[in-house]
Amino acid sequence: MTSLPLAVSRRRRRGVRHTLDMRVSPYAYVAPFFLLFCAFGLFPLIYTAWVSLHEWTLLSDEHAFVGLDNFSTLLADGYFWNATFNTLSIGVLSTVPQLLLAIWLGHLLNRRLRLQTLFRISLLLPNVTSVVAVVVIFSQLFGRDFGMINWVLSWFGAGSIDWAAGTATSHIALSTMIMWRWTGYNALIFLAAMQAVPRELYEAATIDGASNFTQLRKITIPMIRPTIIFVVIVSTIGAMQIIAEPLLFGASTGGAGGGAASGGPDRQFQTLALFVYEQGFTKFDFGYASAASWLMFLVVVVVAGINYLLSRRVKGGLT
Amino acid sequence: MASRYRRLAVPLITASFLALATACGSGGGGGDTAATGAAQPAEKVKLTVGLFGDFGFKPLYEEYKKTHPNIEIVENVTQFNDHHNNLVKRLATNAGAGDVEAVEVGYISTFTAQPAKFTDLKQYGLDKRQSDYLDWKWQQGLSKDGQQVLGLGTDVGGLAMCYRKDLFKKAGLPTDRTEVGALWPAWEQYIETGKKFAAANVAGAKFVDAPGEIFRAMVNQAPVGLYDAQDQIIVASNPDVKKAWDLSNQLTQAGLTAKLAAFSPPWNTGFAKGSFATIICPAWMTGFIQEQAKDASGKWDIAPVPGGSGNSGGSHLMIPKQSKHPKEAAELIDFLTSKDNQAKVFKEEGTFPSIPALYDDPSIQNFTKPFFGDAPIGKIYSEAAKSLKPQHLGPKEADLRVVIGDGLGRVEQGKQTPDQAWAQVLEDVKKIK
Repeated sequence: MTSLPLAVSRRRRRGVRHTLDMRVSPYAYVAPFFLLFCAFGLFPLIYTAWVSLHEWTLLSDEHAFVGLDNFSTLLADGYFWNATFNTLSIGVLSTVPQLLLAIWLGHLLNRRLRLQTLFRISLLLPNVTSVVAVVVIFSQLFGRDFGMINWVLSWFGAGSIDWAAGTATSHIALSTMIMWRWTGYNALIFLAAMQAVPRELYEAATIDGASNFTQLRKITIPMIRPTIIFVVIVSTIGAMQIIAEPLLFGASTGGAGGGAASGGPDRQFQTLALFVYEQGFTKFDFGYASAASWLMFLVVVVVAGINYLLSRRVKGGLT
Repeated sequence: MASRYRRLAVPLITASFLALATACGSGGGGGDTAATGAAQPAEKVKLTVGLFGDFGFKPLYEEYKKTHPNIEIVENVTQFNDHHNNLVKRLATNAGAGDVEAVEVGYISTFTAQPAKFTDLKQYGLDKRQSDYLDWKWQQGLSKDGQQVLGLGTDVGGLAMCYRKDLFKKAGLPTDRTEVGALWPAWEQYIETGKKFAAANVAGAKFVDAPGEIFRAMVNQAPVGLYDAQDQIIVASNPDVKKAWDLSNQLTQAGLTAKLAAFSPPWNTGFAKGSFATIICPAWMTGFIQEQAKDASGKWDIAPVPGGSGNSGGSHLMIPKQSKHPKEAAELIDFLTSKDNQAKVFKEEGTFPSIPALYDDPSIQNFTKPFFGDAPIGKIYSEAAKSLKPQHLGPKEADLRVVIGDGLGRVEQGKQTPDQAWAQVLEDVKKIK
């Protein structure tokens, strides 16, 4: 007889535990991410904003509050705008050909091929190579006196190009390195999306006599639109944050006497992230570097927003 | 079941202990494994030595360990700019600096201006070494008020000019070192010689590597450089700086430079390929040349430098306050900078002693090197060091050098005229606080 109330209360207790489990445990599961995000993402973001309002250098313990002074100096700083221009230029030069190439590669691999897996895996190989190795090797390829690219160009009568010296040439060299690393990766993402496109559409199109290129343009691209938007945004954000390539390129093509962080003596390939690095970690002016990183954040948001609007205009679905 | 768990547990626990132990060992940076040896009579001490480039200390460590079996020495070598930047960061954050840190003259005032961050070597009796040293070298290692001894000098960089005999011969220039020296009593004649060299069209070779280090040497030859005695930056107003700038750009504009920035990988290749016929040669540069141009043994020689004597480079060894073993580190510094050891390092590595008693020592005076065509490098650099007029160096010397170096680079890369570049240099200089 005593067992009945006990069972009820146990059942009730289990009910409470069950609701607790249902309500609370999802938060527990996502908590690790958010805790880490707060510690290493949100907190630095806010603290950087705080630092940017101060005259804050590593070498002094006093941090005077200066309001928005750092920002106004920055907006008048030609080197900051130069870095912004370089970032956008390298961003366009690397991202646009890269994504076009990636779609084309994805389309090629979306057919039945021999050694399909081998081809698909090899696409990813450049991406798993260390960025240092890539830049060091490419810097040698782009070398002025003994570089392989100049050697090949010399067959066609071109003079030796000082790749690192020119603004355009250095941007091309850096974009090549970025494309080398990321084209395959993006091609695989496109390929995954392409595989979800129903085969019948292609069969029908083939019967209708549509060429391969027309199929790519009229079927594939509209059908993978969400993926294209995703890849465009992610690549844009990545391109805005380029730092390792120009830093190492500067170090391995010379200008070491001039400090690799300036991106060449004329700052011809200093990107925004490199500018922040130069201010923060070679001049130790954290206040100024923090202000620069906040403006850089705004630039990233704006550019990513524009690209989102642009890529949304790719027609979706089949009409 | 239980036994299977136990069998698993033992290796797991061992593994985690091992992981912990290695984490402790490598995480310290400053290195402190003393705890394990506490029971033994002589405590095991690990000293880390932070350097930029090869100081030729490795054989000395081995020797030191023979008399100090409890000392373990770990050498961390990083690139020049990184080394000094990292040291600034590590001092500011009070973590990660080595027990002994090398500081180049371009940075010495930066660090002696922060005496609280370094150990006063007087505490360990190293002020007794004052009488050994060149006076100005000793002064550079003192705190600003002169009360504390923060660094002991290793080498000085008396100037000379290294040149490739084979390339000079091809260009129809004299190859004997006194005759070559006679070609260029002043920098103007050096440039004239360069034009003759260029006129001879030696395939694949320019007259000089780049204007940057030449500029530095010319400024160092002046009585006053980038700073005045009150630590004010005088780049804009010092006529000697402007003169050095103009002469450096004349080299560029006459097409005499190989456009190879010093210490960059293409510059290293340039040594191996013989891309330039002359290079400014502070004593420590001879070590670089020997390392980079291994196949060119006997082709290089050393002549007097145009424009009189000067000092370019040279270092001090300092002990950050955060070191846990300042006493042992001080003993090591005393050993590494001793008279005998500076002489040894010179013979191996080329870095020239800062101890004047050695300059008339026959073993230095008569020292020659086959790599440099048996040039009497001991005699050449002794003369250079003896006639040195020390120059006052300020706290941001290295930053100024970077800014001016970039300016020279812009002219070299054809981006700007010398006047435009100079205007931008002066703007950049103003931003250096």
